[in-house]
Amino acid sequence: MQKIAELMRAKAVELLQSSKAERVLAWRAGEFFYDNAPAAFNDVDACQEIVYNEFCPANLAKYLIEATKQQKKTVVFLKPCDTYGVNQLLKDHRIKREYFYAVGTPCSGMLDVKKIKELGAKAITQITCEDNKVIVETPYGTKEFAKEEVLLDKCMMCKGNEYKIADEELGEKLEPIQFVGDRFAAVKAIEAMSAEERFAFWQEELSKCIRCNACRDICPACSCEQCIFDNQEAPVGGKAAADDVEEQLFHLIRAYHVAGRCVGCGECARVCPQGVKLGLLNLKFIKDINQFYGAYQAGEDATTPSPLVSYKENDPEAEEAVQRRG
Amino acid sequence: MLKITLDNLPKLLAALSELGELQVPCENKSGKVDFEKWNAEKRPRFDITLTSKSAKDLFFPQVEDLLAFKTKGKNLSIEQIMPSDKKVILMGVRACDIKSFELLDKVFLKDPVDTYYKARRENTLIIGMACSEPEETCFCGSFGIDATAPGGDVTTWITKDALYWQANTEAGKTLTEKVADLMEEAEASKVEEQAAVTKAVLEKMPLANFKVAGKIPQDELKTFNSKIWEEISAGCLSCCTCTYVCPTCHCYDIRDYAVSDNHTERYRCWDSCLASDFTKMAHGNPRKTKVERFRQRYMHKLVYFPNNNEGDFACVGCGRCLQKCPVNLNIVKVAKALEVSEDV
Ligand code: SF4
Ligand code: SF4
Ligand code: SF4
Ligand code: SF4
Repeated sequence: MQKIAELMRAKAVELLQSSKAERVLAWRAGEFFYDNAPAAFNDVDACQEIVYNEFCPANLAKYLIEATKQQKKTVVFLKPCDTYGVNQLLKDHRIKREYFYAVGTPCSGMLDVKKIKELGAKAITQITCEDNKVIVETPYGTKEFAKEEVLLDKCMMCKGNEYKIADEELGEKLEPIQFVGDRFAAVKAIEAMSAEERFAFWQEELSKCIRCNACRDICPACSCEQCIFDNQEAPVGGKAAADDVEEQLFHLIRAYHVAGRCVGCGECARVCPQGVKLGLLNLKFIKDINQFYGAYQAGEDATTPSPLVSYKENDPEAEEAVQRRG
Repeated sequence: MLKITLDNLPKLLAALSELGELQVPCENKSGKVDFEKWNAEKRPRFDITLTSKSAKDLFFPQVEDLLAFKTKGKNLSIEQIMPSDKKVILMGVRACDIKSFELLDKVFLKDPVDTYYKARRENTLIIGMACSEPEETCFCGSFGIDATAPGGDVTTWITKDALYWQANTEAGKTLTEKVADLMEEAEASKVEEQAAVTKAVLEKMPLANFKVAGKIPQDELKTFNSKIWEEISAGCLSCCTCTYVCPTCHCYDIRDYAVSDNHTERYRCWDSCLASDFTKMAHGNPRKTKVERFRQRYMHKLVYFPNNNEGDFACVGCGRCLQKCPVNLNIVKVAKALEVSEDV
């Protein structure tokens, strides 16, 4: 990963110097090894601060909205999974192709510091990654984890190492995380519940929410100029975890609104400070769409219309859909 | 100093819960540890250094009703909805969070006094707990807070086998008298030993030498106009995570909710200066861009608040924003950038 960071810095400098772009979106180091932050780099000197390692999970796609608004041609480094979000934003006409230059950036899976901590590493002073080992230093001793144990949930559902949009690719593609099992297994378990159980499950899950809106704000499919939940005229408070019904409505409306546009990037679940299992809701929609209209992956390209906004004669009628679902 | 073995701790908790509503860090249904009302089925998690959310909810809940307006024919009645006057014993509060109450007091108990906050604050007894396993994100020391001596009405320390107990205030002493039977006299040596170990660990933490006082230019206009803001705020999502988990953030909004045609409730809820509709007036939000809103949060914490409050920063170094910001922006990054910025 260190080599990739060097390539990124060189590429960023080259593109700025050749006037192909005015600014660069990448990651900047934090206080600890694991807290790299998405950042804008405006000149060649600043580009020396670009970092890349196993702790760059944030998708930079959404910052392209800002780039489009400012009409500033921006270099953006995209991991394979990030490219889906970019395509979706293009399809939704929220970003313009002429304002960004996409550089495909190899990834071999991002790590989850929360998992590392849950596995008992307290007061982390250093993390080193070697092949499939993650070595964590703390004042209480060194801990070693297997990479699979501490991968981010979203990386366990890796979509592969292809870039769905890129002006160029950096270095060689890396081996993607091999996804094992059924990605809808958890959704199926919920479908198998009785209506009452399911209601209780979601009620409990969604009542954890504190309405910080981080899930919405990071989502490449949530890109409205003004979110309906930020509407002051509405009688309900968009940022008040006032009562359970409102939280549930927020999540249901959001899930419906991104249905067919959700790229399954898993960012919403990753950023939630309360650990709400948001991915399940989106996966349910993805599963149903696949079942009713044939396999569809949002963000695969920037043109194919979503099955939910296109009509085909053989689309199932509502009743049929219910039957097909079983 | 008194002590009780950890085996007997549930007895002490049971006794305390007879004297008031006992709130302790417990694992909740999210798998997160937060302050919750204790009962015999709940296992307190004093092993966790920091609760996921801060303890400010206990005095300043995320949502609370203030008034009810009711109409009957042509008559309008207005009722104040006061918090219940139950006694609360808040146990297991860390040094940083205890300091945050002092800061919130400066906001809510100054004239005009916030009666809702005051009612809860006065009904709550605070049992502090010394840290023994600080996290790398902790930097309470940067604000002169001693993690091993948290204060509160009573201070407690937990070692491998016992909980040590020391009353500090009159209220703390009165409480101690009621539960002293369950405990035995103890020497302070164990506690001192533990404190020395904790301090040695704190010194090894990445933020051990991070200081704020004297480092950040307190000239409001200069810092306001610093060129760091544009660049550093670029990654911010304008969510409210940092504000909501922060023990010292205290902004709120007041809204009306129509319960029915003749019944409206006025409530307040947490707000964040990062939100696009914050302090929105007829002409819109006075801070139109993310850069301005982001700057406001940190100017408030690092410059305005200390300028108005005898140099106290509106941060206690709990590190929650370091742990929770989805894009890893936080007050440490901002303070360091301000410090090195030549233009301020
Ligand atoms: S997974 Fe979540 S963040 Fe990603 S596109 Fe779907 S709803 Fe948005
Ligand atoms: S990120 Fe989590 S807590 Fe915040 S609004 Fe979304 S679900 Fe709620
Ligand atoms: S600093 Fe981080 S937590 Fe705070 S509003 Fe910005 S993105 Fe959200
Ligand atoms: S700004 Fe961050 S570190 Fe400071 S008190 Fe708030 S949450 Fe804690």
